[in-house]
Amino acid sequence: MSDVYVLGVDMIKFGRFPDRTVPNIGAEAALMALDDAGLTIKDMQAMYCGNLGQANAMVGQRILQEIGQTGIPVVNCANACATGATAFREAWMSIKADMYDVVLAVGVEQMGKGLLGGAGGGDGIPKEGLLGSGTMPCVFAEAGMEHSKEHGTTFEQFAKISVKNHHHSTMNPKAMYQIETPLDVVMNAEMISYPNTKLMCSVNVDGSAAAVLVSEKKAKELGMGRAVKVRASAMASDPYTDRDLVMPDVNACTRLAAEQAYEMAGVGPEDINLVELHDCFATAEMLHYENLGLCQDGEAGKMIDEGHVELGGKVPVNVSGGLLSKGHPLGATGIANIYEVCTHLRGEAGERQVEGATLGMTHVIGLGTACGIHILEKV
Amino acid sequence: MAEKSLPAVSYLKIPDDGDPYLEGHKCGGCGAVFLGERSVCSKCFARDKISTVKLKDTGVLHSFSVVYRSFPGIDVPYVSAIVDLDGGGTVKGNLINIEPDPEKIKFGMKVKLIYQDALGRKDKEGNSYLSYFFEPA
Repeated sequence: MSDVYVLGVDMIKFGRFPDRTVPNIGAEAALMALDDAGLTIKDMQAMYCGNLGQANAMVGQRILQEIGQTGIPVVNCANACATGATAFREAWMSIKADMYDVVLAVGVEQMGKGLLGGAGGGDGIPKEGLLGSGTMPCVFAEAGMEHSKEHGTTFEQFAKISVKNHHHSTMNPKAMYQIETPLDVVMNAEMISYPNTKLMCSVNVDGSAAAVLVSEKKAKELGMGRAVKVRASAMASDPYTDRDLVMPDVNACTRLAAEQAYEMAGVGPEDINLVELHDCFATAEMLHYENLGLCQDGEAGKMIDEGHVELGGKVPVNVSGGLLSKGHPLGATGIANIYEVCTHLRGEAGERQVEGATLGMTHVIGLGTACGIHILEKV
Repeated sequence: MAEKSLPAVSYLKIPDDGDPYLEGHKCGGCGAVFLGERSVCSKCFARDKISTVKLKDTGVLHSFSVVYRSFPGIDVPYVSAIVDLDGGGTVKGNLINIEPDPEKIKFGMKVKLIYQDALGRKDKEGNSYLSYFFEPA
């Protein structure tokens, strides 16, 4: 099986584009990634497209209608917030399977503002606010409070994660926001679902990201200069846990996927120089320090208190600003994370550059549940 | 109420001649307890070992959040709670009859299930519903 490389990768600046179409937003990132690879749509042998909001509407094909209809196979993926990572992984798998040498992966989303989850349709009466809350801020608050129960994690510690990621985003021109949010501002923002205040919830934005993946043969032919090697691609669903069906478990599937990714790459958490992980809420990021093995169980609070996860720390997490400030266009997020890590491995991250980064990890969680993890290496 | 209330969820049972209760589906192979009907156990994969059980009306608070922002028309704040029932089964619902203040709510606190009208919510036909809630025991 061939090794797989990212030859081109890019994302648009996340924002709100209500006057554009989903394919139009996706096409922009696709062209940027092609340009980054020095290739054209004529070179692509297949395309995998991730989008959630129009999952039944052939977004991939409609992107090609904007940038070039060459007749290549297109597969559209939907996998909750792991949608983009799924498209990337399918592209990776098609090269691993020796089907293709050059494949395009695109993730795109156009979001409204406001609260996600929990509408609870079906028969009878609405259940939101009657049988607890199914809103995403609450579901992830409950997951964070489980950590508080076991380890004494505090509201302030969760809030510090948001301070950190917002700070990181001031150095990322492609983030939705570049605004410092000191601790008191984060903690005194509108409480949405304790302990998540508004500034501890990811931002709903429109965005797209894309990558051109190539086989080793093709990478050598085209030049390895800025190529990034995909050392591992892992995906897991939620294995049975006792409360899983009532309280979605984002921990077990992350641990499962992380274990597989480290094994595939032949590295351990101590070898990873930076991580882009799924901070859909500040409470979620806390859990994943432990789930990804960046620290021992029970030490996540210390990771944020002692600065190990900020730029300049032992293992910087979400130097892009994360979903909390860069923004979270669901279907694009899994490829935007890969763009961020590749940018550091290429030494092109400017002010927020993690110095000397050679190995990075991306992680996304789609509730329901899908976890996608990639480990990427500087060539 | 002129007519009998309907159950808010399928696993809430309202017998003609007894008190309401929550029904679980328990696997005879591994003991896993599920809410809602099923024939295959997703824990041990056994088929046709599932039988119904009456869940206990007492349990302990596993996790919670105080919800301050919900969808339009829903009263806030309220406490969204995850409760492990004594004897098996985990249920999510509103914790009531307690101040919705994170400082006042303790992990592991004992709670009991109570059955009340579903906050006045009615369906299109005007039917009333019975729901379950948790309160401090």
